Amino acid sequence: MTNVFDRAGGKVWDAFSGTTPSLSGPLPDPSTDAGWSGDHPKRVGFFTDTSVCIGCKACEVACKEWNLVPDDGTDASDLYRLTGMSYDNTGDLGASSWRHVAFIEDVRPHGTATPAHGGQQTGFLPAGLPAVHGGGNGHTPRDAATAPPDGGTVDLLALLPDSGAHGQQTPDDERDVRWLMSSDVCKHCTHAGCLDVCPTGALFRTEFGTVVVQDDICNGCGYCVPSCPYGVIDVRESDGGAHKCTLCYDRLGEGLEPACAKACPTNSIQFGDLDELQAAADARLAELHGRGVQEARLYGRDPDDGVGGDGAFFLLLDEPEVYGLPPDPIVTTRDLPEMWRNAALTAVGLGAAVVAAFWKGGRR
Amino acid sequence: MTDTNPAEIPTRFGHDEGREADRGSERRGRGRKGEQLQVPEAEFRSYYGRPIIKAPVWKNPDVPLYLFLGGLAATSAGLGALGGATDRPTLRRTGRLAAAGGAVGGTVFLVHDLHRPSRFLHMLRVFKPTSPLSVGTWILSPFATFAAATAAAEVVEPSLRRRGAHGLARVVRRAGNASGAASAVIGPALGTYTAVLFSNTAVPTWHEAHRHLPIVFAGSAAAAGGGMGLVGSSVRDNVPAARLAVAGAAVELAAGEVMERQLGLLGDVYRKGRAHTLMRASKACLAAGAVGTLLGRRRRWSAALSGLALMAGSALTRFGVFDAGIASANDPAHIVVPQRERLEQRRSTMDQDVAPPDRTFA
Ligand code: SF4
Ligand code: SF4
Repeated sequence: MTNVFDRAGGKVWDAFSGTTPSLSGPLPDPSTDAGWSGDHPKRVGFFTDTSVCIGCKACEVACKEWNLVPDDGTDASDLYRLTGMSYDNTGDLGASSWRHVAFIEDVRPHGTATPAHGGQQTGFLPAGLPAVHGGGNGHTPRDAATAPPDGGTVDLLALLPDSGAHGQQTPDDERDVRWLMSSDVCKHCTHAGCLDVCPTGALFRTEFGTVVVQDDICNGCGYCVPSCPYGVIDVRESDGGAHKCTLCYDRLGEGLEPACAKACPTNSIQFGDLDELQAAADARLAELHGRGVQEARLYGRDPDDGVGGDGAFFLLLDEPEVYGLPPDPIVTTRDLPEMWRNAALTAVGLGAAVVAAFWKGGRR
Repeated sequence: MTDTNPAEIPTRFGHDEGREADRGSERRGRGRKGEQLQVPEAEFRSYYGRPIIKAPVWKNPDVPLYLFLGGLAATSAGLGALGGATDRPTLRRTGRLAAAGGAVGGTVFLVHDLHRPSRFLHMLRVFKPTSPLSVGTWILSPFATFAAATAAAEVVEPSLRRRGAHGLARVVRRAGNASGAASAVIGPALGTYTAVLFSNTAVPTWHEAHRHLPIVFAGSAAAAGGGMGLVGSSVRDNVPAARLAVAGAAVELAAGEVMERQLGLLGDVYRKGRAHTLMRASKACLAAGAVGTLLGRRRRWSAALSGLALMAGSALTRFGVFDAGIASANDPAHIVVPQRERLEQRRSTMDQDVAPPDRTFA
C-alpha cells in the first residue's frame, strides 16, 4: 500500500511544478492515478434517482446492519429522535450514518405552480412553485422546508387545513404538497478532499475508484472532517476514528452490490459501473424532461465540476441546497499549490524579517 | 457513542439555542413565523437551516494553542540563533528556551488533539504534500528535535564550565549553535504552514482567506516571538526583539483588517459572536503592546509588560480565527450564497461565450 502513496506524492509534486493538473478537473481513471496497475476493475458508483424514492429508509437500515454501524449517539431523553424535520430523524450524514434520507415537504397553494426551475427564487421556498400566500384557513402559510419557528419542532398540523383530517394530504383543495425524498451518501469524489488531506494515508483510493478509510491506520486527527465539501465524513466519539460510507468495499470484493442498493425497493439507488450509470442517468433525465418534469437535474454527474465529478451522483427535483447539498462544491486542494506558494513566500519574508531585526543592531 | 462533531448533535434535537445564535441563522430571519417572506435578508435556501459541511472536530484550546506556540517557537529560534551570533546572551537564552518550550508544548497539544493520540506516529508513515498536516508534522518533528537539542546545550554548557570541563563545554556550545541554526532555518516554515493547514479545508472563511492567512499568521508569529524576547532579555539585548515584535504586530493588525474586509459576506463571522470579541481583544493587546514597546523598551518592566501584551494578542488572534472558522462551517449561508453566485457568474459568462457566434449569423 505504501507504494500507492508514494506514487500519489509524486503526482502531487508534478502538479506543483505545473505539469499535471491532477488536483482538480476531469480524471477518467482515478484508480490508475492513485497508483493501481492498469488491470484494476472499472470504476463503480451509485446513481441515486430521487424521483422514485419513497423515503422508506431501507437503505439506512441495510447499511447499518451490513456494516455494523453503531447507534449515531444521542442522549437517552431523545427516545424517539424527533428532529421536527418531517420524517427525517437521522439529521445528516456522519460517522455513524452513512446513508441519510432527506425529507422535504414542499407545501404550496393550489394552482400557483410556476413552470420550471432556474428562475427567480422567492425567499427560502423550494423552487418549482412560487411564494405562498394565505391558505384561506387563517394560518400564516409557511414552507415546511424552512427552519422551525423557534428552534423547536415544525408544527405539521398547522400546515394542514382546519377541516380536520390529518396526515398526508397530497393535494387537497387548497394546496399542493410535493414530497421530495433523497437518500444521501458519500460522493466518492474523483478529487476527494478527505483523501487528499489525510496525513496518515488511512484514507485511500480503492481499485474500484472509491474512497475508503482504513480504520487500523486512522489516528483521528480529524483533518478529513472539515475538508469534505459535502460534510460527509466525521469522527466517531466512541472510537475516535473517522468513518464514512465504504461503498461496501467488502461486498464489492465478493462481486456483490452494496447493501443499500440491494435493499432499495424502488431502485432509487442504482449501483454499477460508473460509465453505465451515467448513461442510464442521462436517459432518465431525458425521459423526465420529455414528460415535462423540467425541474429534474443531475447533480455530481459532470466530470468538469469542482470535484471532477462524483462516483455517487444524483437526480434531483430541486436545487441541491434544498436537499442540504452544496450547489457548487470545489475540492479544497484545487487551490493548494497556490496556498503552498503563498506560505513559502511568506516564510521567506518572515525569515528575512528576523534577520533584518538584527540589522546594525543598536545598543542602548 | 456520540459523534464528535459539535455541529451535529445540538441542532438535530434543537436544544442548543446558543449555537443557533452563533450560526447567525436568526440574522437572516429564517423560520421566524410569518417573517421570513417579508424580510428575506440574504436569500438562500437550505435543508432546514442545517450546516452543509462539518465543522472541524479539532479541540479547543488545543489547536489554537498549538498554532500560537508553533508561531512563538518559529521566530524565537531565529532570535536565539542570531542573538547568539551577535553577542546578546540574554536574547539567545530566551530565544532558545522559548523555541524548545514552544515546540515541545505545541507537539503535546497536537498529539492531545488527536482522537487516537497513541497513533501519533502514524503521521510519520507517509509524506503527503497534499496534506498540510503531514507536511507540518515533517516540519515540526525536526524543528522540535533541533530546538530541544539547542536548549539542552544552552542549559548544560554553563554547568560544564563551572565543573571545569572546558573542552566538552566547547563541543556542546558548537553543537548547540549548529542545531540552533538549523531550527532557525526551519522556523519560518513552522510559523506559516499553519495558515495552509486552515485554508486547505472546505471551511469558507478559512479557505477564501488563503492569500491573507499566511501573512496574518506570520505577523502573529513575529509578535509572539518578539514579545517573548522582550519578556526574557535584558534592555541591552532586546532591540532586535522589539523591532521584530512591533513589525509583527503591525503586519498582523493590517493583514487581519484586510482579510476581514475582503472576505465580504464570509467575514461576518469576525463581526459577531465570540470571534468578534476575541479579535477585538487581540487588536487591543497588539496595539497596546506595540506602543508600549516603542515607548518603554528601555525599561525592563515596561518592555516585559509590552512583550506579554504582544504574546496575548498573538494568541487571541489564533483563537479568533479558529472560532470564526467553526462559525463559518456551521452557517449554511456561507456555503450556499457564494456557491450560487459562482454558478450564476459561470452561467452568464457561458452565455456570453455562446452569444457572439449567434449574432454574427443574424
Ligand atoms: S470528500 Fe466527502 S464526499 Fe468526497 S469522498 Fe471524501 S467524504 Fe466522500
Ligand atoms: S481522521 Fe483519520 S482518516 Fe481523517 S484525516 Fe485524520 S488520519 Fe485520515
